[in-house]
Amino acid sequence: MERVVVIDYRMGNLRSVAKALAHVAAERADILVSSDARAIGDADRVVFPGQGAIRDCMLELENHGLVEAVKEALASKPFLGICLGQQALMETSEEHIGTVGLGIFPGTVKRFSNDVRDESTGERLKVPHMGWNNVRFAKKHPLWRGIADGEYFYFVHSYYVAPQDDEVTVGRTRYAVEFSSAIAKRNLFAVQFHPEKSARAGLALLKNFLQWDGDACVMRDA
Amino acid sequence: MSLTKRVIPCLDVDRGRVVKGVKFVGIRDAGDPLEAAKRYDEQGADELTFLDITASSDQRDTMINVVEAVASEVFIPLTVGGGIRSVEDIRRLLNAGADKVSINTAAVLDPDLVAVAAARFGSQCIVLAVDAKRRRDDSDGFEVYTHGGRKATGKDAIAWAKQMVDVGAGEILLTSMDRDGTREGFDLELTRRVSDAVSVPVIASGGVGCLEHLAQGVTEGGADAVLAASIFHFGEHTVADAKRCMAARGIPVRL
Repeated sequence: MERVVVIDYRMGNLRSVAKALAHVAAERADILVSSDARAIGDADRVVFPGQGAIRDCMLELENHGLVEAVKEALASKPFLGICLGQQALMETSEEHIGTVGLGIFPGTVKRFSNDVRDESTGERLKVPHMGWNNVRFAKKHPLWRGIADGEYFYFVHSYYVAPQDDEVTVGRTRYAVEFSSAIAKRNLFAVQFHPEKSARAGLALLKNFLQWDGDACVMRDA
Repeated sequence: MSLTKRVIPCLDVDRGRVVKGVKFVGIRDAGDPLEAAKRYDEQGADELTFLDITASSDQRDTMINVVEAVASEVFIPLTVGGGIRSVEDIRRLLNAGADKVSINTAAVLDPDLVAVAAARFGSQCIVLAVDAKRRRDDSDGFEVYTHGGRKATGKDAIAWAKQMVDVGAGEILLTSMDRDGTREGFDLELTRRVSDAVSVPVIASGGVGCLEHLAQGVTEGGADAVLAASIFHFGEHTVADAKRCMAARGIPVRL
């Protein structure tokens, strides 16, 4: 049976992610929440969730001795980053000057400005960006299979990724600014929104991930 | 294409059972929180809020079981409020599968609780519940109440909301005690004043009697989300009806 590891590094509540994965995996995969480098090494696929600040995220990964295991997974197997788990894949962050992420995607992490108004209503936009917003597909990807372009997903965040190379953007969302709500390359797919809290569309994405062989164009038959 | 305004059904739970007469057509057990949660999810609820009204603290653990059960089968954000006193209470609820907890009385009794909890679990999961009542004297303003609306605190609701946002509250659940249960609509002035005062999302609550009231909370009150209990429970209206009404008034909703 396939083994899916949800990386636990004390950054946020991982139970929801594990529960949603278990729901779509049914009996076909073992879902393991783990902070053990060896378990990550043995996993067939890896989910990297998290909420909070990148600096803390990197510190916790180091404290748990997980940096190498995460880097190895990033290089070798289907890998899904969620929320902070997307942001941490960037090189740098505006959050704390000098903070360095895992550096998988050249680019930075930015904060929503606190004083932006909605173009149509003139209402001040709240930060965090919290609630359901559209994801417009920028590219085809196996993980979008069965999901409508422009579908709603659940967001809760104050920072967003700004990749240097727009080629990696596979989904875009607008909240005062347009940002990359989904990025991908090779075996990596990373989203700012929470598929585990996005009802049917989110479950569809998680199911696609469990069936994905890590090739950006190919999906294994279910 | 934009962030939608959220519609949030609220369920009162007493010793693990939904109370206040939730009635759904074709539901076998209306008192089962999981059944009710599933039904609201199907109707398009954007989030769910469970309010634990269990009086005795030794039966509080039943709420943990409720959250566990719902979070295993319903994949939208879940907020739990009522009776939360400590960081340990919060930790247990989040571990059981709650995404957010809402805190009122405990935040007033221990002004550090919100700050400590936000630092530990992140602001996104700490909701400050503000139960506010118009002051009866000549002073213009709203006062914060605790203990389910029974105890006046002397605190100004707007200042209190700002103070707690500054230390880490990620969202405000604002209930008008004057309107709660009246079906006369939200206190729109209260909603507008708090919404304009804080940088985080505000959920309007208290007084919804018809779908039009939900729309007003957004258009006139400036709320980011609207919460209601009875109009959904008795099968008068579905969440989908509410969203269609809001959409017809130009409010972005997830349909």
